[in-house]
Amino acid sequence: MVEFALPKNSRIEAGKSHAVPDGASRTKTFRIFRYEPEDGKNPHIDTYTIDLDDCGPMVLDALIKIKAETDSTLTFRRSCREGICGSCSMNIDGHNTLACTKAIEDVAGDDVTVYPLPHMSVIKDLVVDFTQFWAQYESIEPWLKTYSTDPAKERLQSVNDREELDGLYECILCACCSTACPSYWWNSDRYLGPAVLLQAYRWIADSRDEATGERLDELEDPFKLYRCHTIMNCTNTCPKGLNPARAIGEIKKLVVERRI
Amino acid sequence: MQAAIGKVRSRGSARSGAGTWKAQRFTAIANLLLVLWFVVNAIAMAGSAYAEWVAWFHSPLTAALMILLVLSTCYHARIGLQEVVEDYVHHEIGKVAILVGITLVAALLATAGVVSVLMIALGG
Repeated sequence: MVEFALPKNSRIEAGKSHAVPDGASRTKTFRIFRYEPEDGKNPHIDTYTIDLDDCGPMVLDALIKIKAETDSTLTFRRSCREGICGSCSMNIDGHNTLACTKAIEDVAGDDVTVYPLPHMSVIKDLVVDFTQFWAQYESIEPWLKTYSTDPAKERLQSVNDREELDGLYECILCACCSTACPSYWWNSDRYLGPAVLLQAYRWIADSRDEATGERLDELEDPFKLYRCHTIMNCTNTCPKGLNPARAIGEIKKLVVERRI
Repeated sequence: MQAAIGKVRSRGSARSGAGTWKAQRFTAIANLLLVLWFVVNAIAMAGSAYAEWVAWFHSPLTAALMILLVLSTCYHARIGLQEVVEDYVHHEIGKVAILVGITLVAALLATAGVVSVLMIALGG
């Protein structure tokens, strides 16, 4: 739904401030979105100042340090800490990205602002509800579908055919792109969003997959596919440097080409 | 209490949208060429008398291109407004009412434009 103002219970209030550690010469202040579903209060921004000389280089290092040393209630998802699992996607310095690959020194302003992914239901602090996102991913049937007889060993692919998957297989489904897309903000109940459409194209582009027609049938819909207006926020924000807008464009081209 | 995958799959795919997408691009290119043609001619005829304009419209090529300009512009505008409504209006009955209204206004403007061009082109 289009929302031009935050609902009353989502308005962000000022929170607690945690002081600068003693003896720190190089410091950085983190302004972090906090929300506790059980206390009945509005979300608030807590401020933490950390000693950069006693912290790893990435924003995730700072979050882990804050949780370990200052405030154990700070809640966020993280796992691989090397940009491959997609767990720590969040909005840092106004940009959706992965906390583990975003260097603190790359944040331009004085403070580092950390918010959950935009326009998602917040479960707690920086953890958002991915239920619908995963259901949308499931809906595009992200697995190899074939009609030919199974080969004795494996389905082979030429080097050139394999290269068609470059720029697609690297997607880690962190949802940075989908949650940066205004079309997804307004119509996420019906529009599949850039991440899921890129994944859909990953199977369409796979020379071993034999269900391209069915996949295009399922995607050709004014809302599932055509809510994309090539805004390009997806490509702009992808922490893996991928181009979901191009993948969506390729799907649109295929849908038209098969009619000619 | 419907499962998430049930909600997402819902009524499935409408199997449409490609035609509208293609028409939007086709009319965009047509508008670019037709507006360019119209502006170039309008500048060239700037300051002309009424009779000279009417004489220009008497040319079959002028009348044909003017009619195409009117139709292409109205169709393109209708698709564009439909996209905006689909993006932002989430009240189902309101959405249908606005879309019908937009279609009727576009049809009225297109018809009025074509009739006007024909009246000038075929008038004495």
